[in-house]
Amino acid sequence: MIPLSSADAETVDAEATEEAAAEVASDEQRDALVAALADALGDGLVESHVEPGVDVWVRVTAEAWVDAARALRDRCGMAYFGYLSAIDWMPSPYGRDMDAQVDLTAGDGADDAADEAATGGYETGVAGGDTRFQLLARVHDPVGHVGITVKADLAGDRPEADSWIPVYPGADWHEREAWEMFGITFRDHPNQVHLYLPSHFEGNPLRKDYPLLARRVKPWPGIVDVELMPGEDDEDEAEGDES
Amino acid sequence: MGSVMGSMTDTLTLAVELAWWQQTGIRAVVGLLAVLLPAGTLVYLFLFKMMSFMQSRLGPMEAGPYGSLQLLAEVGKFLQKEDILPRKADRVVFKAAPFVVLISTFLLVLVIPAGPDAWFIDVDTGIFLALAVSSISVIGILMAGWASSSKYSLLGGLRAAGQLVAYELPLVLAVMGVVIQAGTLNVQDIVMSQANGEIFGWGGIGNPFILTQFVGFAIFLVAVQAELTQPPFDMPVAESEIVTGYLTEYTGLRFLLFFIGEFATAGIFAALAATLFLGGWYVPGLDPTSDLFNVIGPAILLGKVILVAFLIFWFRFTYPRFREDQLQQLAWKVLIPLSLANIVLTGVLKVVF
Amino acid sequence: MTALGDTRQLAYIAGQASDARVNVELETEGMTLNIGPQHPATHGTLRVIVKLDGERVVAAEPVMGYMHRGYEKLSEVRTYPQVTTLVNRIDWLGSFANEVPFILAAERLMDVEAPPRAQWIRTALFELSRIANVVLFLGDMGVQLGAVTPVFFAFRDREFVLNQIEAVTGGRFHPNFDRIGGLKDDLPKGWIEETKGVLGRIRTFCDEMEDLVTGNEIFQARTRGIGVIPADVGLSYGLSGANIRASGVDWDLRRDGGVGLVHDQLDWKVWTHPDGDSFARYWVRLQEVREACDMVDQLLDGIPSGPVMAKVPRIIKVPAGEAYVETENPLGVMGYYVVSKGDLVPYRVKIRSASFNNISITPWLLEGTYVPDVISILASLYFILGDIDR
Repeated sequence: MIPLSSADAETVDAEATEEAAAEVASDEQRDALVAALADALGDGLVESHVEPGVDVWVRVTAEAWVDAARALRDRCGMAYFGYLSAIDWMPSPYGRDMDAQVDLTAGDGADDAADEAATGGYETGVAGGDTRFQLLARVHDPVGHVGITVKADLAGDRPEADSWIPVYPGADWHEREAWEMFGITFRDHPNQVHLYLPSHFEGNPLRKDYPLLARRVKPWPGIVDVELMPGEDDEDEAEGDES
Repeated sequence: MGSVMGSMTDTLTLAVELAWWQQTGIRAVVGLLAVLLPAGTLVYLFLFKMMSFMQSRLGPMEAGPYGSLQLLAEVGKFLQKEDILPRKADRVVFKAAPFVVLISTFLLVLVIPAGPDAWFIDVDTGIFLALAVSSISVIGILMAGWASSSKYSLLGGLRAAGQLVAYELPLVLAVMGVVIQAGTLNVQDIVMSQANGEIFGWGGIGNPFILTQFVGFAIFLVAVQAELTQPPFDMPVAESEIVTGYLTEYTGLRFLLFFIGEFATAGIFAALAATLFLGGWYVPGLDPTSDLFNVIGPAILLGKVILVAFLIFWFRFTYPRFREDQLQQLAWKVLIPLSLANIVLTGVLKVVF
Repeated sequence: MTALGDTRQLAYIAGQASDARVNVELETEGMTLNIGPQHPATHGTLRVIVKLDGERVVAAEPVMGYMHRGYEKLSEVRTYPQVTTLVNRIDWLGSFANEVPFILAAERLMDVEAPPRAQWIRTALFELSRIANVVLFLGDMGVQLGAVTPVFFAFRDREFVLNQIEAVTGGRFHPNFDRIGGLKDDLPKGWIEETKGVLGRIRTFCDEMEDLVTGNEIFQARTRGIGVIPADVGLSYGLSGANIRASGVDWDLRRDGGVGLVHDQLDWKVWTHPDGDSFARYWVRLQEVREACDMVDQLLDGIPSGPVMAKVPRIIKVPAGEAYVETENPLGVMGYYVVSKGDLVPYRVKIRSASFNNISITPWLLEGTYVPDVISILASLYFILGDIDR
């Protein structure tokens, strides 16, 4: 047996000393990545966001979802499939029990949320978004040591997307998980059945409008417990009082 | 009493006589209770302590001084357990299977002598009988595997059948060398020929066949390991893949019978190996016909049994297991040709010297 | 068999039927064997449905979810410090390592950096949990192949490592010690010397394993050339950690990731193996335990002085943003995608656990192998059920 190792101690040291240089180089790397994707996808690339030296996000259209994967794998060397998941951008209708400090069900917050929902505009994260459901996938280049997060907006309440399995076979289980957890159907998925949940399970647990029953029954101790230390700022006083 | 029993030898071939039955019956019962039980307990304790120390743990400590009553405690434990019968099991066959295995085990004891006159039966085809009854256990295992109506059991049973049949051959062929050298199938005579043997004219330690039949001894041990379905040949009961193979559905007393059968067979095969290759109840320096051996013979035999059992269990706790096809290859492509060559060589040398 | 794809089933039946036409008298019936969820080999509750033709696997389909605890949903209703108690339970053999990427993600969002001393101790505990985790694998690999003795050695020596982790964190299995901005406490007195003694024991253990298992002919016969994963297939399935390094991919996030641990200041080496089989995976992990011992040794020598906690607000509110941080955990790459909306709680946490991807290759890998190899391949991929089901 011949142990292989391309990286010896010297390389590690060298990398450590050239950290500053590497950071700049990495930025160019990520910019080039976005450029390559823009070239490959054309209009398919909606938005991109590069955080220098840290990470990169791109948002593609749902139609360009598989093309993006193919371009990333074949043109950008992203051989490694990280994960595939989704985000539900609709704020939870259950308010502070679930995910917000502001009580949406009773008070001003509820109106805001209702307004948001009515207009279809959600407060979304990095690289933007227009719809409630957003696909999220991460691939990595094990040679160039750079990863990228790909997002795609999916329209509708029962959204559909193309399957990544032809490009990354590892997406199989991740798509099954997204299917049962978010209700996102993947076209041409060979085996779209429940992964974690029992086969007769109804509902999509990771959607924000799926109530976490334990929290409905018993108030969340996380908010109740919040107490200020003496002499600390007032910025979070509201929670302490509400309990 | 010894001389009376010795004189019975000639009449044994005349089949059943009442006196013979009575004598054998008494011998069997007394032998089982007075010899096998303490001996089994001792071997069991030794093995458990040994393997515990190999695995850096203490082993049985609570039951009796130094854990010496662990065997009793385990028997008591298993007796309390519910005897579960799978609903779709073939009831009769399922219930009978452990007894078939156990009978095969205890029939094996019969041919092993523990002294010049301390034996159960003395037949001229002793070793032949031993190897024949040892293969009855295959039937018991197949019965258990099939009757359990469990897929794990079935896989285990079929694996066991394939394996036991394959390793029966090297077992028999390894013994052939001894038989050729001793010129007899009678186990008592094999011991005697070792005791009276000479190494190039020097009879100081007799001639234990391990010296001339070392290849046979090694093959015999390997085949015994496989016959016992122990690691590295425990594919039939591989607990990490088919749970415990044909034992999967057995509980309580029936499992205990298999369990006892397994350990007892290990001990008895060790006794067989000690008798065939290590000189049995004989130690050098004494007259093999002296009556003293009727007293100390069993103890000597027990010591040799523990030695061989140590070897068997040493392998057991050191090796991972072979895959089914690999162990079949080992049997058919290595052990059998090797033992055939051993027989040829033994035969040639026997004629030459 | 609802869980098995209809297409596969049909293909299988068709295959059987065509065989039968060619050779009627040799026609056999396939058997479906259900390995798990309660089974000695799955150490947890993984269930694998295998379709057998004799002992050869025609199709294998893992079924999981028996331990699904919904951590992604639960994380959405817990404050950031509370989430670490949850994620402790993901890979329960190397718990501390689970906390690290989540804390790092939160730190990145908050733009906080732990003081150097905290980073060094964090890295030391990170590597110690790797040792505690992988040592058990080394023993377990033996027991799955039928050698009972190695696992006793593994449990014996792992206990010393757990003792050291307990001495610092107070938790043997679930430390919950990592805080946003540093660590809960400093090291206890005398810990560094004791830990060095423990590292000596682990090195001895590695030598024992080398003698007892690695060099064993039967072990080699059972693992060499079994379950070969080519590098490109492994990458496209998202295999990580020692599994992918055993296929010759020289990629280790400790060296290449550049997140808030101090591996880049240490003198160490990434081990790879060209074969990609079960043996290679075992061998790479064995070397990684040794390497981790060396790393901890260096870390203990070089811990800088100073505080172990940065200045962070008492009530942790994470500014809006998204961060994905992945680290090289004992089982492979573990990452947390944290979405914050500026609340006390994360808006969404996607947990990318290593075993989930590592085990997702099994349907591809197990096809055509024998039943005994199913177990050895699963063992060599080394999964923790909590890490699959989350």
